[in-house]
Amino acid sequence: MSESTARDALDPLRALFAHDAAKVTAMFLAIWALFYAFGTVLGYGNNGLLALVRRVTFLAAVYGIVVLALNIQWGYAGLFNIGVAGFMAVGAYTVSMLSGSPTGVPPGLGLPLPIGILGGMLAATVVGLVAALPALRLKADYLAIVTVALSEIIRITYNTPAFANITGGASGFDNLPTSPANALLLSDPSSTISEPTAVGEAVFSLFAQFGIQRFTAINTVYTVGVLVVLLVVYLVLERAGKSPFGRVLKAVREDETAAQSLGKDTQNFKVRAFALGCGLMGLAGILWFAMGPRASVTPVTFRPNITFYIFIALIIGGAGSNTGSVLGGALFASLLFEAPPVVRNIVTDAFDVSADPSNLIEALVPVAGGDLVPLAGFLLNNIDTLRFIGMGVLLVVLVQRRPDGLLGARKETAAGVSLAANTRPDRSDAAGNGGGDGE
Amino acid sequence: MATVSDAGDDIADAAVPEGVDLPEGLEPESADSDVEEGAKEVPRGLPLRVKGLRKEFGGITAVDGASFDVEEGSLTGLIGPNGAGKSTTFNCITGVHEPTAGDVFFRGEEITGLAPHEITRRGLVRTFQIARQLDEMTVLENVMLAPGGQRGESIARSVVPGLRGGVVEQERELREEAWETLEFFELDHLATEYAGNLSGGQRKLLELARALMTDPEVLLLDEPFAGVNPTLEEKLLDRIHDLREQGLTFLLVEHDMDLIMENCEHVIVMHQGRVLDEGPPEQIQDNEEVVEAYLGGEV
Repeated sequence: MSESTARDALDPLRALFAHDAAKVTAMFLAIWALFYAFGTVLGYGNNGLLALVRRVTFLAAVYGIVVLALNIQWGYAGLFNIGVAGFMAVGAYTVSMLSGSPTGVPPGLGLPLPIGILGGMLAATVVGLVAALPALRLKADYLAIVTVALSEIIRITYNTPAFANITGGASGFDNLPTSPANALLLSDPSSTISEPTAVGEAVFSLFAQFGIQRFTAINTVYTVGVLVVLLVVYLVLERAGKSPFGRVLKAVREDETAAQSLGKDTQNFKVRAFALGCGLMGLAGILWFAMGPRASVTPVTFRPNITFYIFIALIIGGAGSNTGSVLGGALFASLLFEAPPVVRNIVTDAFDVSADPSNLIEALVPVAGGDLVPLAGFLLNNIDTLRFIGMGVLLVVLVQRRPDGLLGARKETAAGVSLAANTRPDRSDAAGNGGGDGE
Repeated sequence: MATVSDAGDDIADAAVPEGVDLPEGLEPESADSDVEEGAKEVPRGLPLRVKGLRKEFGGITAVDGASFDVEEGSLTGLIGPNGAGKSTTFNCITGVHEPTAGDVFFRGEEITGLAPHEITRRGLVRTFQIARQLDEMTVLENVMLAPGGQRGESIARSVVPGLRGGVVEQERELREEAWETLEFFELDHLATEYAGNLSGGQRKLLELARALMTDPEVLLLDEPFAGVNPTLEEKLLDRIHDLREQGLTFLLVEHDMDLIMENCEHVIVMHQGRVLDEGPPEQIQDNEEVVEAYLGGEV
């Protein structure tokens, strides 16, 4: 009796973890715990700890949004878009131009932020469609070529001195729109030392009790906002994916001719999926680069390597799964992107590797004599760049060993209702119908 | 059962059904073009009519002026040696290829050159010689994909909270219909299996089940029995006969002559892109030209 009640008590917990929400929550809690531990080891105070955890959370959230957007295109519909960076750039630049202050340099139009955000998403969608409409008619490879070329054209356009009085050229667009977190918390959103609003007063005094500074508090509020957007985007795409729409997209990915022969206007579905994805990439670009703690939108940010990070994150999580996309984005941003430099700091704090060699040869020579410290020091000091080699290796290993992603959820069913075996209708009253003739 | 064009008159008189709008310009003097001729002989008796179909690939003429009709509710066989142009004919009828010349009429309307999905939506549905199951989708998903008019194919209806209810409701109905169809094809025990894990024969069954879910009037089956073991073949044939009794029309490409002769009431023989002969099986069997074509003789 008591055994069964114990099982009953655990069942809800198990059932809960079967839910995707629980997996994502557990992942975020684990990441927070890990970085909290890192910060503690480094001897950070509350402010430093929160700043570290916030930074990781922010990156995990923006990666989550853009990976979700790529997932609807590539994971679901098989549309090989390698111009993600370009669509993010269009979003970030457009919102800056629409909602930046008219008196700043380069001047913006000073439109309200919601209009700017919508405009940025719309611009990313339109740019995507203009380039993709002809390419979507062709085979997947052509779309890949067109999108990567487009992404570079966009970056170079924003970079060129010819348009510098509009775009800011190579030094970037630094007349960014007012962050909504600043507007919420401060009476003068352009100055972080101005009088707080009523909400700001409450928030700042709450954070101050834990010794957290105002700047960190503002960024934390903004990050919470980005998390909320991630949740909304997730819910939207989860519903779009688990529906007849998502089902047709998967069919297009698997075999477009078969989908057409079943009466599906596949071109129309591809265009809609591509537009939706590009719009959300624009949104990710806005949240990531044009608002929050950043000071300017620079063309150099949108080099193609960011596109490949996003692909790695999606492959880690498992293309075709929205939950996998969020998990993959969070894993990539935390463990692969943010953790290595922090770990380096921890190690250099604990061991003396200050006498580091200046190049690989100097680092390798002492290894022959059994002294590994110079090599370790060299690797640690160059971890910022070496981690990208690691990412490349990881990508190769993943594609070979776990093509369905670490979490292997590519085969989630796409339907508005459960398609499990227990959904079979009870047909005891209609035994003569079909199946009963026993061939 | 002959469906040659001189039979057109009595069929037309007998079978102008309710609900078929006869086109206005039906007066004799305006009926010279192929389109109107096709429309004039609309009868429900001949849902699919192919006239002078021609398809060239570069210098090769795969189909060279093929004409034939498929009679309502029939099981019509399309046979011919390899390279006779059967599959290309199928591809031209269903919009996968655009014919170089010629016309295809479905229910009296010209469908030549329409996109495949438009032709399917009108009720002319095909399966493929090599089964095109959707590997990384379950059998149930494969089948639920097919029906037309799914509300949830609109993003807004799938996503917006107030509208989602209708989608879920329709999905429930579709799911029930899908289970029924799978039971009919005895695939229900595989419903949650991924289609890529099915055997060759099961894939053929799945394709037919899926095609059926589009609510077709005429089914074009391209070698549905290729690679299917005899037991499954028997099962598949039973299903086809069941469906035919329910009013469906079948056009079947097949290499197995015995199977065609036993099951089809009308047979069309293609050779070198043309219709060599058509008629009831007994007539075809006695045609020396046909025998010669199959034995590899040059005609």
